[in-house]
Amino acid sequence: MNLNLTLIGQAIAFAVFVWFCMKYVWPPVMQALQERQKKIADGLDAASRATRDLEVAQEKAEETLKESKEQAQQILEQANKRANQIVEEARDNARAEGERIIAGARSEIDQEINRAKEELRAQVALLAVAGAERILESSIDESKHRELVDKLAAEL
Amino acid sequence: MAGNNPTSTEYIQHHLQNMTFGLHPEHGWSLAHSAAEAREMGFWAIHVDTMGWSIGLGVLFLYLFRLVAKRASTGVPTGLQNFVEMMVEFVDGSVRETFHGKSKLVAPLALTIFCWIFLMNLMDLVPVDFLPMLAQKVGAWFGADPAHVYFKVVPTTDVNATFGMSLSVFALIIFYSIRTKGLSGFIAELTLHPFNTPNKFAQILLIPVNLLLELVTLLAKPVSLALRLFGNLYAGELIFILIAMIGLWQLPLHFPWAVFHILIITLQAFIFMMLTIVYLSMATEEQH
Repeated sequence: MNLNLTLIGQAIAFAVFVWFCMKYVWPPVMQALQERQKKIADGLDAASRATRDLEVAQEKAEETLKESKEQAQQILEQANKRANQIVEEARDNARAEGERIIAGARSEIDQEINRAKEELRAQVALLAVAGAERILESSIDESKHRELVDKLAAEL
Repeated sequence: MAGNNPTSTEYIQHHLQNMTFGLHPEHGWSLAHSAAEAREMGFWAIHVDTMGWSIGLGVLFLYLFRLVAKRASTGVPTGLQNFVEMMVEFVDGSVRETFHGKSKLVAPLALTIFCWIFLMNLMDLVPVDFLPMLAQKVGAWFGADPAHVYFKVVPTTDVNATFGMSLSVFALIIFYSIRTKGLSGFIAELTLHPFNTPNKFAQILLIPVNLLLELVTLLAKPVSLALRLFGNLYAGELIFILIAMIGLWQLPLHFPWAVFHILIITLQAFIFMMLTIVYLSMATEEQH
């Protein structure tokens, strides 16, 4: 119970312990704690940044998908239109071609008819002349009556 | 139990006597063989058991914490590092909450106080006869009379230990006061509060009153700090000794008191730490 030298001894021991703690224990532990705190904060920061990045990327992907879908739709429509156009064109061409062929055929037929008519006319003229020669039995000046006969033939 | 069946009073007194080493007027430098001899040694004697245990426990505390501090990693802490970090964070939190000045000393001081006092108090949970009897056997082996081998295990039941710490804290209080407010500010704080008047003459009359009040306030800090810790632990130790005297029935009594004492041990360490922080915080704050 009596106060004695122990008091001073204890005070010195206490001072030494506090000094040691202040010098060699507190700073490293505190530093480690703060560094870990910083690390954790950085980690959380990075995680939130990554989440945000992911969101942005997802949005972008969605947008791209939408765009490409629209593009595909457009291309499809264009192709359809083009196909219709081609079909239409082909039909027109075919029709025109058909008409041309028909027209050609028709003109050929007309030509044939005309030629036949000419031939017929020539032959009819000769035939008429021959007939008339026979009928008249008289000599007829071929050149004199030629005009007449031609007129006759033309009336055929 | 000491020697040849001592009476209860002898038993208790034996347990409450420190192992004292000092210069006895008759026997020269020696260990005191009785309480009277220890008293006769006067101030220049030292309690070997108190010093030994407190330094041992302090070294144990610093060794453990230094071990962790040396290889403190920023990764996931494990085992001892976890515990040390928990303690450091707890103390750091308490200091941050209470102490608003800037000081590199206060937080480590608080940590040392808390851990050291806690460890010293913890010795109270070692059964009261265990270590003293061991000491007596060792003493007997060295040829000493076992009845005169005193061995007190709990350093905080020695006023010297508690006053050693509280007076160191007191010195720090005065140091911080003077550093923050200057010597004149410190003296002004002691003499111009709590009674203060603009009238110079009346103020001069009030100075002694103020000084008396403030000195009591100031001195009450280390005294209450030391006596609170000492009183609690001394009383706890005494009850352990009383329980140890009743024979076989001590077991059911010893256990609840020990469990309750765990609370006191931690609480007293915490109170000492907290009050130290508060006192130092008050010392560093400007005029109140």
